[in-house]
Amino acid sequence: MARIAFQQLAHSYHPAPRGPIDYALRPMDMAFDDAGAYALLGPSGCGKTTLLSIISGLLRPSDGTVLFDGADVTPWAPERRNVAQVFQFPVVYDTMTVRENLAFPLRNRGVPAREASARVDYVASLLGLTAALGRRARNLGADDKQKISLGRGLVRSDVAAILFDEPLTVIDPHLKWELRSRLKELHRQVPVTMIYVTHDQTEALTFADRVVVMAGGEVVQVGTPEALFERPAHTFVGHFIGSPGMNLLPCEVVSGEAVLPGGHRILLPHPPARETLAGRRIELGIRPEFTRIARDGDLPVLLRRVEDLGRRRIARVELAGLALTATLPDGAAPSSDAARITFDPAHLHLYADGRLVEAAP
Amino acid sequence: MKPHSNRAWLLVLPVVALVAFSGVIPMMMVVNYSVQDTFGNNEFFWNGLGWFRELLDPSTEFGGRFLDALWRSLLFSAICLAIQIPLGIAVALTMPRRGLALAFCLVAMALPLLIPWNVVGTIWQVFVRGDIGLLGHALNRLGLAFNYTQVPLHAWITIIAMDVWHWTSLVALLCYAGLRAIPDAYYQAARIDGASSWAVFRSIQLPKLRRVLTIAVLLRFMDSFMIYTEPFVVTGGGPGNATTFLSIDLVKIALGQFDLGKAAAMSIVYNLIILTLCWVFFATTTRGDADAAR
Repeated sequence: MARIAFQQLAHSYHPAPRGPIDYALRPMDMAFDDAGAYALLGPSGCGKTTLLSIISGLLRPSDGTVLFDGADVTPWAPERRNVAQVFQFPVVYDTMTVRENLAFPLRNRGVPAREASARVDYVASLLGLTAALGRRARNLGADDKQKISLGRGLVRSDVAAILFDEPLTVIDPHLKWELRSRLKELHRQVPVTMIYVTHDQTEALTFADRVVVMAGGEVVQVGTPEALFERPAHTFVGHFIGSPGMNLLPCEVVSGEAVLPGGHRILLPHPPARETLAGRRIELGIRPEFTRIARDGDLPVLLRRVEDLGRRRIARVELAGLALTATLPDGAAPSSDAARITFDPAHLHLYADGRLVEAAP
Repeated sequence: MKPHSNRAWLLVLPVVALVAFSGVIPMMMVVNYSVQDTFGNNEFFWNGLGWFRELLDPSTEFGGRFLDALWRSLLFSAICLAIQIPLGIAVALTMPRRGLALAFCLVAMALPLLIPWNVVGTIWQVFVRGDIGLLGHALNRLGLAFNYTQVPLHAWITIIAMDVWHWTSLVALLCYAGLRAIPDAYYQAARIDGASSWAVFRSIQLPKLRRVLTIAVLLRFMDSFMIYTEPFVVTGGGPGNATTFLSIDLVKIALGQFDLGKAAAMSIVYNLIILTLCWVFFATTTRGDADAAR
């Protein structure tokens, strides 16, 4: 168990990087607290797997240091770092039984057979693999194989962290839920740092206490699932998290009001200082969940269509030529194309060049 | 009901004719010879199962000779497999994974496989000669009395070295392909699990090579058990009968002595031995698969 921290960590796959474009990971300072459940969330190619490989030691970063509990482990090989990793595709040792698979990391480290056996039994019971211990690992289903990969990490009582690299990719949808909740349950029983890489926001938000959202080789926000939803620090987060994502409207700020295209004005509850906005691209962000379509709404919109997602309904509307999405309350049935929309002022956010502008004190 | 026409059989006819002329008719000729005796002049006499009885009875001259050749062939195949399979795996493990070095390796290793078999024999025959051969002469100058035409052991060493040179790269290339098919995640997981390189070999690489090795062993067994051209060119079966394998003996009987009956009986039994061994081998390896799938 360990606290994992980065200092000025960056990585480029180019031997001689020229400029930020060559970097898969841009310089970052960050820390994963001991025994936390983290998710690294981002689209393909954002650097999340690179970051994971750097933590596990499979990849040596080109710049910066990795600290485990304050100790510099940057040059350490994976086996010395004592991390475990569950890969996208289940990795089991074909010729071995489930028991032998689970005991493999212990055997390699010279743990006495009796101690190893007890540990394997304990981990098998945690994962629900006890009945399968005597079977050949290669004959199990993908979900059980992933449990074995996870188990090979858990058997080491001193494991510093368990890393998951999109572990549910090849799992059947109906088993995903089960595995995910078992993982969550497991984290409660075994307090070890878990870092879970995924591009699926549902997986990230259900698994993690804290979600690290990455884009273009940078960490754009670290926060609880609620924080990501309610106060996205970056337009990317607003867009990437939530379905549908946040509405973003280009605007100008004039004397405490946001002026939208078409001349519509919205009063900002906490207008920022004037100089922070000068010369930057300003956008107003509002999640569809915090808009309301109503007869007595503030702004006139054109209703394009209504999508029924089963659980809720989404209205696609147009405000002065800008496409917006809004959630429709139950029972509301807009009668005509012309409707009015209201934004909840508590959930209006202002972004300058993509970053959240903090309200003036 | 589907339309039905017996004229469709005509479409099969070319294949039937081809198989008949290339396989069935020659085979039946051999069966025919195997139950008869001839003294030339195209006169044949019925001999029943006489040749087979003699062949399978080691106390007769014919039977003893057959058994000796059979043991020589089996020993030769066993030694070839014992050297070429491990060596091929070792070579595959040390091959570069990319770049110019890989291209060079692949070409260099494919070369022996592309040389006609009698040329391979000639190359080695010259190579080990004591008077003009590079290896033979060098060994003699070093004080080792190497003479493959007189000493049976030296003849065996020569032929086995030649076969290893000729065929190990086939095993290596097959294994290399097998190794390349192993996803990186396996190696990464093994590193994280703290596995030594021996443990990686035992628990990842070797199991993943199983199928490829099955093919390699099958090919190498059949080829080495039927080897004819190279030892014929190098030693001609000698010294004495020391390197007279089944195939060489068969040709001696059939064409040297013109004992068509004996040779036919022998080729039938030879054929059955190869079929049986391959079947046993195939059945055991595929049953291993079925067991594993349970």
